[in-house]
Amino acid sequence: MQYNAPVKTESSPYAGRTGLAEWLAPKILLAVSLLSIATTAGIVVILLTESCAFFQEVSIREFLTNPKWTPLFASRNFGVAPLVAGTAMVTAGACVVAVPLGLGCAIYLSEYAPERVRRILKPLLEILAGIPTIVYGYFALTAVTPFLTLIFPQIKLFNALSASIVVGIMILPMIASLSEDAMSAVPSVMRDAAYALGSTRLEVALKVVFPAAFSGITASVVLALSRAAGETMIVTLAAGALPNLNFNYLDSIQTMTAYIVQVSKGDTPRGSIEYLTIFAVGLTLFAITFLMNILAKFISERFKEEIR
Amino acid sequence: MITGEALRRRVIRRKRRDAVFHGIFLMCALAGVAVLFILLLDVVKKSAGWLDIGFITSFDSRKFEEAGMAAGIVGSLCLIAIAAPLSFVLGVATAVYLEEFAKPGRINWLIQTNISNLAGVPSIVYGLLGLAIFVRYLGFGRSVLSGGLTLTLLILPIVIVASREAIRAVPAGLRHASYALGAGKWTTVLRVVLPSALPGMLTGSILAVSRALGETAPILIVGAVTYTAKLPQSLFDSFTAMPIQIYNWTGLPKEEFRHVAAAGIVVLMIVLLSVNALAIMLRNKYSGKR
Repeated sequence: MQYNAPVKTESSPYAGRTGLAEWLAPKILLAVSLLSIATTAGIVVILLTESCAFFQEVSIREFLTNPKWTPLFASRNFGVAPLVAGTAMVTAGACVVAVPLGLGCAIYLSEYAPERVRRILKPLLEILAGIPTIVYGYFALTAVTPFLTLIFPQIKLFNALSASIVVGIMILPMIASLSEDAMSAVPSVMRDAAYALGSTRLEVALKVVFPAAFSGITASVVLALSRAAGETMIVTLAAGALPNLNFNYLDSIQTMTAYIVQVSKGDTPRGSIEYLTIFAVGLTLFAITFLMNILAKFISERFKEEIR
Repeated sequence: MITGEALRRRVIRRKRRDAVFHGIFLMCALAGVAVLFILLLDVVKKSAGWLDIGFITSFDSRKFEEAGMAAGIVGSLCLIAIAAPLSFVLGVATAVYLEEFAKPGRINWLIQTNISNLAGVPSIVYGLLGLAIFVRYLGFGRSVLSGGLTLTLLILPIVIVASREAIRAVPAGLRHASYALGAGKWTTVLRVVLPSALPGMLTGSILAVSRALGETAPILIVGAVTYTAKLPQSLFDSFTAMPIQIYNWTGLPKEEFRHVAAAGIVVLMIVLLSVNALAIMLRNKYSGKR
């Protein structure tokens, strides 16, 4: 039952300062709340205006179809494809690592784990999720890459494989915890019915819970992949600075995020074409992650309806 | 027709498969934990012998024996001193509006959709926003103020979400009691809802601060300097931060700097764990009281 606050009337005790505060407070709070909209608007406006300046010097056609990205060299090429390919490689690689492990972990936590084990495992996964990406980057460069060199002697010091694996580890807790939420939301009557028919836990997990939670799980994976695409420090430290379209995981690559860092580290004057490129690349990255987030939201809303 | 023997064998097979997959799922769950321990052990081992009082109190140096983290520690504290109070005030105000005053409608749908979208924007994009608005447009330069404001915007969605949950957890009875005494909506929020939700809001904000402490990309874009031998004296001074120094040391060619970086990571992780422990203590202290 919803009770409402007393309404102000002529004879009410809300006169003077209290009355003013009651009247003013919601308006101030609304103004502050609009700051979040201003932030989004700021991001979109900044990325669009600076990109517009960029596209006055470089055609959109060249940006999208030129297969080379060499804006810092003497012979300049402004094709974003190699950077997008780099980001796609790392995201796909991270997906291969994180999806099986994350889903296995989620099934274990939601269907198998005794309460005691859950209470230890979940905080540990939270710690894993709270480790700064710079630490993961250090780990990729100084521990994972040397280990990979033992398996693939021809691997480059900066390579896509090491970065992909570590980005995968970074998003693993996110997939595990969001997918576990989706599986736990499956009504227990569905489980009980399957158990009553003599199913094993594996059959309940794979044939009842997993299909019922499928859209929720998909949403969690898409959300985690969007995180992977926007990841910066791991790829900056471990994946190199060599944008290319070779799709070789043992080679150096460059992602969109790593390029932005590379340029901002140097002192590029405002208005120069190098300064503008990072906003064009930023706009591309923002558009990609935004679409992925919208997709995840759309899928998870459908999931909520299915569960109901 | 299935005979008794065939049925028995099938049940045994299904049970065995269940047991095998139980093991596989457990391995998946332990994989993350294993990596966590390998990572921490690796860093601690590499930092051994490099981490001492001198490392915390001295400035960075081109000589690896003398490199220290003082500027990074102070710089990170300055960033947090700007971002934590600002994001707390703005975040709590937004949360109060959305939970207590907002009526369902277009504006509120817009604000809410916005906040969930903002939480998914890559942190480097916030760096670009800070670079264009604070550094260039408002003319704050590559200063500690620009960095702090950028981090404020970055953690604002986290603070809002946590504060909304804390407000929602306030029992309706408390509000009703306040209304019954004739208090208005704002008075009720100020005197009843906020004090009761404060521990939860503080916990969420502290966790957001720990996120801000570890962020590297946005302040790198905004223009944190990788090498400095002085502390920021004013809001408009240049700055560095703990993750920035770690990034710098990791990228230096001399092998010894890897150990310096490891020592830096240990310091950063100790700070983060203490901040998180503070949040957990706060949560445990107040969660039983209601």
